[in-house]
Amino acid sequence: MHISNEQNMKVAFRLNGKPAAVDAPAEMPLLWVLRDILDLKGAKFGCGLGQCGACTVHVNGMPIRSCIWPISATAGVDVLTIEGLSPSGTHPLQRAWEELDVPQCGYCQAGQIMSAAALLAKTPKPTDEQIDSAMQGNVCRCGTYLRIRQAIKRASASRRADADGPATESNRAHEPVDR
Amino acid sequence: MKESDQSSLTRREFLRSTAIAGGGFVIGAYFISRVGNVAEAFAATQTTETPLGAFIRITPDNIVTIIAKNPEIGQGVKTHLPMMIAEELDVEWNNVRVEQGDFDTVKYSEQWAGNSSATPINWTTMRQVGAAARAMLIAAAAQTWSVPESECDTAAGSVTHKPTNRRLSYGTLAATATTLTPPALDTVRLKDPKDFRIIGQRIHGVDNHAILTGKPLYGIDVSVPDMKYAVYEKCPVFGGKVSSANLDEIKNQPGVRNAFVIEGGNDLRGLLGGVAIVADTWYAANAARKKLEVKWDEGPAAKQSTVGFASMAEQLSKQKPQRLLRNDGDVEAALKSAARVVNAAYTYPFVAHATLEPQNCTARYEDGKFEVWAGSQLPADGREMISRTLGVPEKDIIIHMVRAGGGFGRRLHVDSMVEAAAIAKQIGGAVKLIWSREDDMRHDFYRPAGFHYLTGAVDIEGKLTAWKDHFISFGEGDSFVLAGGISASEFPARFVPNCTIETSVMPLGVPTGRLRAPGSNGIAFAIESFLDEMAHAADKDPLQFRLDILSNTAAGNGADPVRIRGVLELVAQKSGWGATKHPRGTGMGLAFYFSHRGYFAEVVQATVTRAGKVKVDKVWVAGDIGPTIINPSNAENQVQGAVLDGLAQALGQEITIENGRVTQANFKNFPLMRIDRVPAIEVHWKLSDSPVTGVGEPALPPAPPALCNAIFAATGRRIRSLPLSKHDLSWS
Repeated sequence: MHISNEQNMKVAFRLNGKPAAVDAPAEMPLLWVLRDILDLKGAKFGCGLGQCGACTVHVNGMPIRSCIWPISATAGVDVLTIEGLSPSGTHPLQRAWEELDVPQCGYCQAGQIMSAAALLAKTPKPTDEQIDSAMQGNVCRCGTYLRIRQAIKRASASRRADADGPATESNRAHEPVDR
Repeated sequence: MKESDQSSLTRREFLRSTAIAGGGFVIGAYFISRVGNVAEAFAATQTTETPLGAFIRITPDNIVTIIAKNPEIGQGVKTHLPMMIAEELDVEWNNVRVEQGDFDTVKYSEQWAGNSSATPINWTTMRQVGAAARAMLIAAAAQTWSVPESECDTAAGSVTHKPTNRRLSYGTLAATATTLTPPALDTVRLKDPKDFRIIGQRIHGVDNHAILTGKPLYGIDVSVPDMKYAVYEKCPVFGGKVSSANLDEIKNQPGVRNAFVIEGGNDLRGLLGGVAIVADTWYAANAARKKLEVKWDEGPAAKQSTVGFASMAEQLSKQKPQRLLRNDGDVEAALKSAARVVNAAYTYPFVAHATLEPQNCTARYEDGKFEVWAGSQLPADGREMISRTLGVPEKDIIIHMVRAGGGFGRRLHVDSMVEAAAIAKQIGGAVKLIWSREDDMRHDFYRPAGFHYLTGAVDIEGKLTAWKDHFISFGEGDSFVLAGGISASEFPARFVPNCTIETSVMPLGVPTGRLRAPGSNGIAFAIESFLDEMAHAADKDPLQFRLDILSNTAAGNGADPVRIRGVLELVAQKSGWGATKHPRGTGMGLAFYFSHRGYFAEVVQATVTRAGKVKVDKVWVAGDIGPTIINPSNAENQVQGAVLDGLAQALGQEITIENGRVTQANFKNFPLMRIDRVPAIEVHWKLSDSPVTGVGEPALPPAPPALCNAIFAATGRRIRSLPLSKHDLSWS
């Protein structure tokens, strides 16, 4: 999609492992590029100020709030969204979230999982304090936090178990986008 | 059961009239394919899918699709109502697929979300729907085999005939079943609860996979062909109108297709005046908005403020109350003869809903008709308001129900629906309106603030002898604003011999609405905190003090003292109430509240640091919502969420009004609960021989007073106003 505007810029990056290119206003947040130009609705709009975490995606493996991340800062980077976390939706975090029936309304959960995925990539066996600190920027208005904590621990345990066995689709899929 | 005859009586009429005769209420046409006669019914069976009606489709591969008729706002109803149907239909849950139904007053009834009502309203009818379909499948098998229906049974999606050891799957029978006349719902036999195989299981949310993989599900994700995006700027003072706006400049902004003024009306719940900006992307519309300059005609509400309300309440408290709701015994005499009398003023602020998905709606206007996609709790109101405001008959308005990113009562209001429709009509096409977070926080229907001037008395034995509440709220004459009222049987009324409940109101130009456990969510804080004060005045343990009150004979109808006692004793036992000595700075608080037919007692253990920071250590909950917890996984999740909701309100949430405007704008100054403040929360059920009731709301009200009572136990500081963030709780 092309949005006619002389201030547009062409930006190329990798999105969920594949090349992507958009022509959009330089200041347009990545969130709205993902949602309204690239038609990926997984990252959600909650506050527009980076205060709620519903829009969390990874840029070069780092969790960022895409509602305040201009597309101009996205050139050449690897972007990973919930849609690309695992091709079949079976990332250990997604499985743990399902096994514990975490969601209520579910609106925040993609952002929660993306923050958790970044945490586990860096800290495979997080303590409660590390979980609280990494997840502090993600609001769940329904209050599913107890299950979120549990699910992160469960995913952490299952990843370590997987790591002892042969590589599976799901733990490969957890690796950053360059596959 | 026999095949439908040739008469002109359609199935719809048959069922509807039966239902009215049998149950006294219109349950809708539960088993109606959209066909009016037998020929059409047969034609319908020629398709690959065999419709058994509005609720159930069974395909030859034995996949059972159940339609979820109610709005899903995170309360789990999209899983919950189909569970009831599947249970009585007698199918394996693994073979069930759930689809969201559209808003359709011909096929369905009671399509709304609120008041923790979906369970009590639908518990019997949804089971009857499943049981009726099962009866039709049995009849179809009996006909196929030429055996009596009474010799047939069902198991896991098949009809069985024991005497001949035959079995036919539902998928095989569905086509025949469709040709049969459905039985009247109130004639079908329901399972004995001890035979439940789905109800009572931890069934996971049917949308979980879609949620966890980021599939488009919510209103904000809706996309329709040739759709534009819109923002809508309203006057920061409620009900203000546009005097002028720099529309020409806005129209020249990048990506903007149109900008116009909508005049709007005076009903704060309806279409209010503002400026619509329509663009190719929401980003472009919102970016253009930053250049928008509007001159507002603010109107009289601009004079209102939180400070003004407080001072008016103070004045009213000194005057004769405007209304007397209850007057038992002789309070004044009881006060004179009391051993101790306590007076206290309690207050709580306005609070916003702050659903994480901001208000939004997609609407298309074409050939004089609307098609609308909305995550509404009350689609019927949306359709009615669009029709009335924009002059399109209701029959020409289609409403699609989409998953909502939180409701909490906010989406009982349909303001964003009528706004989207008005914009769509003006541009003659499709538009998605998305509110910014700031719009959402500044144009809510707030939980109204409340003021309670309380007096209580205990006698020499420590018994509560008198109770008086002068409740000051908002309204006009004899009516309260929405969610601003109080019940004449508010506990401990009915259990205290001398009791008055009086009210006064002041005018309000701020829209109010139902926030999860409306009324109760504020009143419980005042009442249950003051009961704790009275327990201490009586020198009694707060649990024992409450149990003693319950031992009095209750006057009139209301909460059942046996069930209150049941949850109080259970929560005391689970929390080790009274058994633990805590160091200074740590304490336990207890509260009970009855709302939305549910009984909830909660104990909070909290620690207040010397610096005054409140940490909730743990919460124990005991709830009584009847004999069956339909889906324990979801029920526990709802209770934990409701407790955290109540704690978040108590800890830091407040909407203040200055010059008629809301001061807060985003989560920075309206703090939601975050993971680092979340305590362990144990949920325990007291199963009782009472009707099955709902669980979305009733666990909330006890949480704020239980926390504040814990703070008193920890520090000796009595909290009489919320939120806690306004109090200096430091100690040394």
